[in-house]
Amino acid sequence: MAAKKTTQKAAAKSNVSGEELTQYYRDMLLIRRFEEKAGQLYGMGLIGGFCHLYIGQEAVVVGLEAAAEEGDKRITSYRDHGHMLACGMDPNGVMAELTGRIGGYSKGKGGSMHMFSKEKHFYGGHGIVAAQVPLGAGLAFADKYKGNGRVTFTYFGDGAANQGQVYETFNMAALWKLPVIFVIENNQYAMGTAQQRSTSTKDIYHRGEAFGIPGEIVDGMNVLSVKEAGEKAVMHCRAGKGPYILEVKTYRYRGHSMSDPAKYRTREEVQKMREERDPIDQVRDMLLTGKHASEDDLKAIDKEIKAVVNASADFAKESPLPDVSELWTDIYAEAEVQ
Amino acid sequence: MTRMTMIEALRSAMDVALNTDPNVIIFGEDVGYFGGVFRCTAGLQAKYGEERLFDTPINESAIVGLAVGMAAQGMKPCVEIQFADYVFPAYDQITQEAARLRHRSNGQFSCPLVVRMPTGGGIFGGQTHSQSPEALFTHVAGLKVVIPSTPHDAKGLLIAAIEDPDPVIFMEPKRIYNGPFYGDHSGKSVPWSDHADSEVPEGHYTVPLGKAAIRRSGADVTVLTYGTMVYVTEAAVKEAGVDAEIIDLRTLLPLDLETIVASVEKTGRCVVVHEATRTSGFGAELMAEVQEACFWHLRSPIQRVTGWDAPYPHAQEWDYFPSSARIARALTSAMED
Repeated sequence: MAAKKTTQKAAAKSNVSGEELTQYYRDMLLIRRFEEKAGQLYGMGLIGGFCHLYIGQEAVVVGLEAAAEEGDKRITSYRDHGHMLACGMDPNGVMAELTGRIGGYSKGKGGSMHMFSKEKHFYGGHGIVAAQVPLGAGLAFADKYKGNGRVTFTYFGDGAANQGQVYETFNMAALWKLPVIFVIENNQYAMGTAQQRSTSTKDIYHRGEAFGIPGEIVDGMNVLSVKEAGEKAVMHCRAGKGPYILEVKTYRYRGHSMSDPAKYRTREEVQKMREERDPIDQVRDMLLTGKHASEDDLKAIDKEIKAVVNASADFAKESPLPDVSELWTDIYAEAEVQ
Repeated sequence: MTRMTMIEALRSAMDVALNTDPNVIIFGEDVGYFGGVFRCTAGLQAKYGEERLFDTPINESAIVGLAVGMAAQGMKPCVEIQFADYVFPAYDQITQEAARLRHRSNGQFSCPLVVRMPTGGGIFGGQTHSQSPEALFTHVAGLKVVIPSTPHDAKGLLIAAIEDPDPVIFMEPKRIYNGPFYGDHSGKSVPWSDHADSEVPEGHYTVPLGKAAIRRSGADVTVLTYGTMVYVTEAAVKEAGVDAEIIDLRTLLPLDLETIVASVEKTGRCVVVHEATRTSGFGAELMAEVQEACFWHLRSPIQRVTGWDAPYPHAQEWDYFPSSARIARALTSAMED
């Protein structure tokens, strides 16, 4: 109940319309249902290798996408399906990449962790922890050089936050006042290592203070709080004041990847988070209590989302496997090198 | 035409590139105000401003990482790593991000990036200022690896590298920055001005990537080499008195196999020479390629002259560095049936 009150307060404060709330509900639900389906396809052996689900963290990307404008960039690590769906990439193309099919965003060359969309300014999915952080600052550098007023959302986790190149990047981003928002998605576990076992401080954002980068803690289970913080960060960057850090406290319900026995936390801890702070339930409550939507309206949305996700799974199963010749394409600009 | 040192030729290449394309920017440790530890960028910041050419913190990983992000947005960053020995923190960014962005994005993004670095020994630099890590890059699909040996080629190859749509590792043999080196470390140094290949055209021209140059035509034995070793090999050929064909590879990846095979088929003998350590050095790849392509033409085992499998030494530099005498012995061995 406490959580519900907070959300209602946040809703009132940010003056969000029923239409917008419905959109956030829809966007978060798409991610959740998509990830559940991906988990199923994995269990059926249709997705192989690594697959990191975003369930529980949906409010982070949906809130920040609500603060973004056309032309803004985003780049993230390997838990990337949510980011792609939130920025408008086609669920069919994402799911087909998970199954390694020709209809995938990278024609099966990338897999779960490595997908891109030039159209949506999504600069990947990167499988090496924190390696995307300097790239994000480089994207922001290019925008500043071009003077186009765009910002880059550079996402990384609490685990990545201990990599040295994050701090090399903080220094450069602050030194050159780059329009980059560092989004620390703090889901409290770096794979199986709880934050208190890996990180010397409870909060991470204030490490930016050493470089003169402002930042704040954000409730990552509340889409409106995320949106509001995102808008503030975007405004800071667009005003030419340099980088900003959002440490978004969030939680993943599922394991790090599909093979995670999850012995590093209790079932009760996960259950408590799901019951009391679930980002989708919070918005659902707001829609109903604010009379922005009826149970029937929400059921209709659920049905629509289910159809989209099922269609993506069908597409991902039916799309053909890439030809072996694709092994040698797009290595260099010129034709195949063998 | 003007006579230039390799340093001046590289500077001229960057001058041309900055002048031609507003997307070209240059950055690295000390390249701006100071003009580069070897002076390669001296004067360019004054000419093009701090927006186009600037100093960075000492962070190789983020230097290359930022450059990958810029390149993904269509800029053409040309970054300097102060010594090839300093590139290792950036190895992750070079191999896993720069080299593979095109492939894993299915061609949606590319990485037109140049990473310049002075390489090799012969300057009494010891373990951490003398290494030749080219084979760490030739092992990576998606990269191109270039090592010039003359001022003329240095300028033409660097302009070609900057204009290339893919990431290029551009390794500059620092022993020959100021003049060719024939292996006589106690003798008088030779300036570039006495060498024909220090004639460098003004303005824009390119030397194509992926094409080797025949530095000396010969009928008896083919020597495959690059960088400083081109000159040490020239001295060795005189000492051995053999009619050797010296091929300066210029680009290691992609390799100009056509020129190599044509030569070895003609001579029937082959010697491979490089400064880098022996085991898993680029010479091993050259020997394997020649063996596969020219086995039935070979009249003697392929010889290999390299640095030893030891850390690059301080006191024993000239025992480690391949000498003309060692190369001459290998040439003589290759001539035995």
